[in-house]
Amino acid sequence: MRKFAVALLIALLPGIALGAEGGQHLMNPDVDVSNTASLQRGAKYFANYCMGCHSLKYLRYSRMAEDLNIPEDVVEKTMIWDGGQVHSKMMSAMASDDGKNWFGAAPPDLSLTVRARGADWVYTYLNTFYRDPESDTGVNNLTLPGASMPHVLWQLQGMPEPVYGEGSGGSLHVKEVEVPEGAGLLSEEEYHQVTRDITNFLAYAAEPVQAERERLGVWVLLFIAVFTALAYLLKREFWKDVH
Amino acid sequence: MSEGTKTTGFVGWIDRRFPLTQLWEDHLSKYYAPKNFNIWYYFGSLALLVLVNQILTGIWLTMNYNPSAEGAFDSVLYIMRDVQWGWLIRYMHSTGASAFFVVVYLHMFRALLYGSYKKPRELLWIFGMLIYVALMAEAFMGYLLPWGQMSYWGAQVITSLFGAIPGVGDALMTWIRGDFNISGVTLNRFFALHVIALPLVLVFLVVAHILALHEVGSNNPDGVDIKKNKDANGVPKDGIPFHPYYTVKDLFGVGVFLFFFAAVVFFMPSFGGLFLEPPNFQPADPLQTPAHIAPVWYFTAFYSILRAVPDKLMGVIAMGTAIFLLFVLPWIDRGPVRSIRYRGFSYKVALALFAVAFVVLSYLGLQSPSMMIMGLSVKGWARIGGVMYFAFFVFLWVYTFFGLEKTKPVPARVKH
Amino acid sequence: MNQDGADRSRRRFLTGAVTVVGGAGVVATAVPFLSYWQPSARARAAGAPVEVDISKLRAGQRISVVWRGKPIWVYRRSEAAVDELPQLNERLSDPQSKVPSQQPPYAQNITRSIRPEIGVLIPICTHLGCIPLYRPEEGSVEASWPGGFFCPCHGSKYDLAGRVYSGMPAPLNLQVPPYWYPAENKLIVGEHQDGGAA
Repeated sequence: MRKFAVALLIALLPGIALGAEGGQHLMNPDVDVSNTASLQRGAKYFANYCMGCHSLKYLRYSRMAEDLNIPEDVVEKTMIWDGGQVHSKMMSAMASDDGKNWFGAAPPDLSLTVRARGADWVYTYLNTFYRDPESDTGVNNLTLPGASMPHVLWQLQGMPEPVYGEGSGGSLHVKEVEVPEGAGLLSEEEYHQVTRDITNFLAYAAEPVQAERERLGVWVLLFIAVFTALAYLLKREFWKDVH
Repeated sequence: MSEGTKTTGFVGWIDRRFPLTQLWEDHLSKYYAPKNFNIWYYFGSLALLVLVNQILTGIWLTMNYNPSAEGAFDSVLYIMRDVQWGWLIRYMHSTGASAFFVVVYLHMFRALLYGSYKKPRELLWIFGMLIYVALMAEAFMGYLLPWGQMSYWGAQVITSLFGAIPGVGDALMTWIRGDFNISGVTLNRFFALHVIALPLVLVFLVVAHILALHEVGSNNPDGVDIKKNKDANGVPKDGIPFHPYYTVKDLFGVGVFLFFFAAVVFFMPSFGGLFLEPPNFQPADPLQTPAHIAPVWYFTAFYSILRAVPDKLMGVIAMGTAIFLLFVLPWIDRGPVRSIRYRGFSYKVALALFAVAFVVLSYLGLQSPSMMIMGLSVKGWARIGGVMYFAFFVFLWVYTFFGLEKTKPVPARVKH
Repeated sequence: MNQDGADRSRRRFLTGAVTVVGGAGVVATAVPFLSYWQPSARARAAGAPVEVDISKLRAGQRISVVWRGKPIWVYRRSEAAVDELPQLNERLSDPQSKVPSQQPPYAQNITRSIRPEIGVLIPICTHLGCIPLYRPEEGSVEASWPGGFFCPCHGSKYDLAGRVYSGMPAPLNLQVPPYWYPAENKLIVGEHQDGGAA
């Protein structure tokens, strides 16, 4: 119901749809924060590929362990790199000054990225890296041109090559990206799933209470409906006096 | 009204020292309201409910909020994630802000439909307009507090409006900000005004609004003066005691309202970016403006008018005039008939166009000014909408001042 | 108003029903507002159990740590001091530590500790919350002082097991926090051995 309502709203109000800089058409990852298995995989990928540089400074390990149904000792062994406690917030292993020196910009904290840019944007971003020898990192990104982030998942995906197309002014520019057959460890379908899991996990991290909020909401609405029905009967009873 | 009532016991003890029973009777059990209120008459009591919600959740939020440039953004996330049930209190407050304007706009439109601003209710209307303006100030200052990108740049743009005033503009702007740019100093004073000064003003105005209403009596969808037809006891024949008849009716309205309110709070608190805007999930950055900034939806009609005028000062004047004209509506509209049911056909068309203009302007204010819609830019459409907005007041004055309106006969008693 | 058509009992029933359901709604709404005042996740994270290394703790010495914002003293008693504890019983107000709120069950013994020589206490006077002075040396407070804790605010005296003397302003023994030994020289304050928090 919620998805439908949001879709309807966004359809009715074009332009308030989440920001799409770069003009890239965004792909829909079908985020579902109640899919615990996907969130667990996403947390694992995040710890392995992202947390070296990116923090989730508004999320505590213990909160994540509880919400995602991961035992705390597993989290302690596999995710905590910076010597933090299980109750600490999820800081990256890298100091932000190092990030500035290495990449030109400190890797941003990702706690709220999905709320600020949208899940579609994150998912599309992870799927639109391409080889660009002119860039410092050797890669560029269609969704965020000039991104200073290397393609950390390239071994899984295989390094995508740019596909050029003619722009309106006749100049060549990158239109889409294409992964050479068999270049990565994963198939295209598998890579989509990996990036979907990461996006899903970031959607969870952007609002950890979301699933609980919706579960509770159903009961609240039912209760209010009962109250309203009784109030209506009461009103009708009293208004029998009014002619 | 209640001189005949003699109370005994505990209530009697109080009544000899404080007019408890008299207040109860004057404002509830012996306040006679017309019996023909329709759906438009729910929104006054709902506005009161939302006010209580905002005050309660607001008090609770201040317990963990940190009004400093360094701590504000983090403290909001602390409330959202670390404080028990903080997310619910915060969503109730943010959704309540939008809900407040929804019910207030509908409440105001009701007054336009049934002529509730006309004699003898001019002062009641003025109090209402003052509430509306205070509410805008309250909402604007509250929006700075999360200290996100939209908070910061919204405050930047709106405080810059004062810079348009010739001569003193720049000095005034600096004085309001307390710094040479929006800073923690501005945040601190907005916080003080948002949590104590303006709420006090609002509560005072709401009391004045209700006292004025109960002095003159409620209007109704027929625009009939029910006090002209009283029975032997001095009770209006078309009136019913507010309590219990309208208290139970409003209770039902509260239920329906809470259903929609809870649906938003629990299932779509951002409301697709309308209630909580995506860029506001990035901390305020004085060095970078978001690609597209727009005020929250309840301000966008006036924001559209501002943007539609190519001159800075004239834009501000146009926006101020748009609000000021509403204040003097009781004197612009000189028509003898209150309710739209018995007014001339042209008034019905004009009011419909005015409502359309307001909604369209609100929509346009959310869009990027250079966006094209059906071959015309948002700015171009906003000019059309703005002209429609002002044309309503001009038309209304000409139409009623020169007696051009062909009204239908108003019945002596309410019909339904 | 013409109330001839009124069905009195139905009206009473519906009024009752709306009052009860509405009242339940108000109570349910109050729950988040009241829970909001409970310690937050940050406070609970800051109040997580604390690890104390006692390998270098000699007799008479004391380590002070903070748990949940309160001081915790971990101190080592000399053998003589341990032996002397039972002899003080007659002068104490609760020598057998019978008040359950003041210590976990595993510390309800003569030394009020898991190991006789290691004492673990929350040094907050049970009178009005001052921090008593640690005075383990004999005669350090008065001539007959066998060693213990002395509160400077109102003069309450406790022995080296934190047991309060009779006739003092303080009504109860000093509190023993939950703790356990994960290793020979390591102590965790703030949780029981089975993992349960205080």
